[in-house]
Amino acid sequence: MRPVELMTHTTPEPARLQSRAGAVAAAAGPGLIRTHNVVKRYLVGGTEVRALDGVTLTIHEGELVAITGSSGSGKSTLMNILGCLDSPDSGDYFIAGEDVSKLKSDQLARIRNRRIGFVFQSFNLLPRLSSVENVELPLLYAGRHHAAAKAREALEIVGLGDRLDHEPNQLSGGQRQRVAIARAIVTDPAIILADEPTGNLDSRSGDEILKLFETLHQQGRTILIVTHDPDIAAFCPREINMRDGKVLRDGAPAAGLTAHGGD
Amino acid sequence: MLFWTTIKLALRSLAANKLRTLLTMLGMIIGVGSVITMLALGHGMQQQVLSNISAMGKNLLAVHPKWTGTNGVINATRENLTVGDARALLRDVPQIRRVTPVLGQREQVTYLNKNTNCEVVGCATTLLVVRNYTIAKGRMFNHFETRLESHVAVLGPETAYDLFGVLNPIGQTINIAGNQFEVIGILKSKGSRGWFNPDNQILIPYTTGMDQIFGRFYLDHIDMQMAGKANVEKVLNECISVLRRRHHLLFGDPSDFHIFSQEQLLQTVSRVTETLTLFLGAVAGISLLVGGIGIMNIMLVTVTERTREIGVRKAIGACNSDILRQFMLEAVLVSVLGGALGAAMGVALSHFIHFQKFVAQVQTSNVVIAMSIAAGIGIFFGYYPAWRAAQLNPIEALRYE
Ligand SMILES: Nc1ncnc2c1ncn2[C@@H]1O[C@H](COP(=O)(O)OP(=O)(O)O)[C@@H](O)[C@H]1O
Ligand SMILES: [Mg+2]
Repeated sequence: MRPVELMTHTTPEPARLQSRAGAVAAAAGPGLIRTHNVVKRYLVGGTEVRALDGVTLTIHEGELVAITGSSGSGKSTLMNILGCLDSPDSGDYFIAGEDVSKLKSDQLARIRNRRIGFVFQSFNLLPRLSSVENVELPLLYAGRHHAAAKAREALEIVGLGDRLDHEPNQLSGGQRQRVAIARAIVTDPAIILADEPTGNLDSRSGDEILKLFETLHQQGRTILIVTHDPDIAAFCPREINMRDGKVLRDGAPAAGLTAHGGD
Repeated sequence: MLFWTTIKLALRSLAANKLRTLLTMLGMIIGVGSVITMLALGHGMQQQVLSNISAMGKNLLAVHPKWTGTNGVINATRENLTVGDARALLRDVPQIRRVTPVLGQREQVTYLNKNTNCEVVGCATTLLVVRNYTIAKGRMFNHFETRLESHVAVLGPETAYDLFGVLNPIGQTINIAGNQFEVIGILKSKGSRGWFNPDNQILIPYTTGMDQIFGRFYLDHIDMQMAGKANVEKVLNECISVLRRRHHLLFGDPSDFHIFSQEQLLQTVSRVTETLTLFLGAVAGISLLVGGIGIMNIMLVTVTERTREIGVRKAIGACNSDILRQFMLEAVLVSVLGGALGAAMGVALSHFIHFQKFVAQVQTSNVVIAMSIAAGIGIFFGYYPAWRAAQLNPIEALRYE
């Protein structure tokens, strides 16, 4: 399987170089998020694994996008790169026209702080900090003032105005994920990245979280949700389906193909 | 991140693990506490010895016969110091202002039916000034009384109390080794402790002592007072050459006497006690070092335990320096809080020891130094764990179980 894969995707180097200048210009063009030919490789036991193998994407402001694909298809790797937790081995990545693919770790931390909001499958709230303290943390790292007031506002938005001083272990799973979402939106980021946000929740809490994402989407926020649940994918206007580190299909969700007339 | 927020978060994570924090602090508490106590003990000891030496007199020099002996066992003291030597020193060494011959021994002393055994010291009038004594009541004997071998005595306050209780001893007659003496004065208490109790002695003219009580003419020592601004080294050398000439010593012969200078003694003793104090402090300082290693150990465990937290913090925008600062601050807080508690304990312990017959003096500068060292240890031993935390890869940290 792997040798075949490697051969099929080996583009001749001169051709890549020639097209590069034009491609960069295209990637820097309109669109909140643009990637061009993003490659991420891992060496596993001496063999090269291409977790991402030439991903080119454009995501516009205000979109709600599902990223689907089987396990190991590269969804999390893509999220890490889009979320500036990791840099691509090659290819370009622009957020609102700014090239972020070659930044150093502290510059990446700054981008994560100001432009990205993360929602994790396992919530990742800090224990022993209250909801407000968890939510104000990104603002504190940004050195912003009135952090507590803004955190309270964000918690109101996710419907937890009455759980401000609860610590994570005093909250249900769904409530914890709401706190995490409040933490993701409190800095007013360009994009919210959610990696299987309902994976650890029962179906009712999961539905509530999805509704919350829809509300945020209607308020004009840009949201990417990684999922392997077709129902969730169907719920989003756009689905990016991945396989073996490549975008297999990009358009309206598969479940809604007939209704929307294909891509 | 804002400074106070960082402190608040650090304090909170210390409070979240109270027992562990306390155990970590224990190393610093014991370290700082013992350093302060040891330095206080050393300093107290030094001050006491120095004040004992200072109480002996002002600009004091003392000539003693050299001890003879083999293998450190004293066989006999030489009988070679005479009143003539004392006179010659006063006459021939210009910087010597006062001289007194001293000879004495323990004698049975009685007053009516009371009796006591104390040191009877034969000396000149000048002893009072040379040895820094003060008369509390009555007067010291004068030169005429010395020349006339008068039977007059000046009592130390304890001796006076032993013989007379609350009665007034002045003008009373006491019996020293079968001779009648009139009490003419009482010394003021010096209260200094040690090998010799100046409050329990009787001073009599040395002439009377030689002829009537002791029956000998050799002196135990000659005490001298130098001029205030004299060069000790120079005066010593002059005294030595005067005495060598009088003792008919040839070039190359060893001297048959010793001259002690109070100033040199003070210097030697303060050097020795300072070294001893430093040594005590250094031994205690080892526990500070062990405390520092304890902090490093716990911080490494903490960093491993909180890998995921570090990942989350980095994901939401913490820079490496934010993480570094957070864990450094925790280490420094532990060491400084431990240091403060240790300082309190050290001061308390020093006071406790002070009331147990020892002298322990806490110096503020030592407290400040010990606490600064504690903070320094926190910084030094906290740096590596904090650096490890700061260098963690956010993706791997987030995936850490
Ligand atoms: N740190 C890593 N080291 C080695 N291989 C990795 C690493 N991270 C991801 N991979 C590999 O990259 C591929 C894509 O992984 P991932 O993005 O986690 O997939 P998904 O999230 O879609 O399940 C997998 O084959 C995985 O084994
Ligand atoms: Mg995944």
